[in-house]
Amino acid sequence: MKRKKILLACLIAIGLITGGILYASDHIDSPTVTGQSTDITDLYVFQGANTSNLVFVANTQGLLSPTATGAAKFDPNTLIQFSIDNNGDNVEDLVLQCIYDSVNNKMNIYGPIKPSATGTQSKIEGPLVASVAVTPYGAASPITATQNGIMVFAGPRDDPFFFDLDQYHKIIAGTATSFNNPGTDAFAGTNVLSVVVEVPKAALGGTGKLNVWLTTRKKV
Amino acid sequence: MKKNKLMLFSALLIGGSLAIGSCKKDNNPSAPVVYYQQQDQVGRPAINTVFNAAADKQTFNETAPSAMAALFQGKFQAKLLALNPAYTTNALGLNDTVFTTVLANDVLNVSTTGTTTFFDGTNVLTGRTLSDDVIDVELTLIFGGPTALKGTPTNSGLISDHVNANDKAFLTVFPYEAAPW
Repeated sequence: MKRKKILLACLIAIGLITGGILYASDHIDSPTVTGQSTDITDLYVFQGANTSNLVFVANTQGLLSPTATGAAKFDPNTLIQFSIDNNGDNVEDLVLQCIYDSVNNKMNIYGPIKPSATGTQSKIEGPLVASVAVTPYGAASPITATQNGIMVFAGPRDDPFFFDLDQYHKIIAGTATSFNNPGTDAFAGTNVLSVVVEVPKAALGGTGKLNVWLTTRKKV
Repeated sequence: MKKNKLMLFSALLIGGSLAIGSCKKDNNPSAPVVYYQQQDQVGRPAINTVFNAAADKQTFNETAPSAMAALFQGKFQAKLLALNPAYTTNALGLNDTVFTTVLANDVLNVSTTGTTTFFDGTNVLTGRTLSDDVIDVELTLIFGGPTALKGTPTNSGLISDHVNANDKAFLTVFPYEAAPW
């Protein structure tokens, strides 16, 4: 009993420390997701090299050192979902879903498709539209696949986020009054597990403006 | 107690055989539907991190964006004024109420008709590319005041972290992100 209490106290202390010191863009933003396969680091959405396409990037499980990256894995019980609102009400009209198949080591893509229900609970929607083998750490080049007009990649990449997080924390804590010049990128040399999906804009509907958000969802 | 257990056991048996029976009857044995529950969420970068108190962070992560403003706009406004007590408006001309209402609906606005960028000097909130210096944009909007982009920012030491680019070059082709370290 006493041991359990001590352990609990330690866990809480660790939670407080990581919660207070390291969170960043969306990296380990809450103790519930910290260190979990559901922890999102960043969302990017931009026009593709083919300007008829839009690229969706979901980065998860951040702050991976090179030595930790080889062992990092996607989780078959975590759904990675882009929600797309194409009529300005912040409710998803389409979802683009990514779910890991651990048996075949592939990332499977569903959508973009109108979901059977909106909100915080999802199920896999519609038929499989694209699938790609997860690129292993250390691969000479990324493995990509194109099916049904959708391009997909899944695997470790350099974390594209950059920020002098340590100095920001000093400012917030009152131990510094301004940023340094030059600053120090706290994310230099770290990796993330990334899913990149490139989709024809024509499949996204709307009249020129979308609202997009990224969620991770745990199997219930 | 024992009787209860027995009853439970037979109920399970009946339930099991009924389930099997119904499968046979339908001749369409389909796996039960699997549901997934939202656990982390992001639209614009660093919103949860900067604007929510520790106690609210996981609630925010588990909330649908359409429900966020009602729950969090007031708290965001208080946080903005705590970070920058002299806040009047920002470079987008948004007062504290309007600015925090925009932020509390945590979605990424994306254009499907042209340049996609968080901010490139001309286009504002039309997407987010890998190279966008989103932190400087947000710092400028929080701390820089109404004339931040006209050479006269307020809090000039707080509007840039002076980390202006990633530590690796991005690719010009799919999947765009740099190879891992």
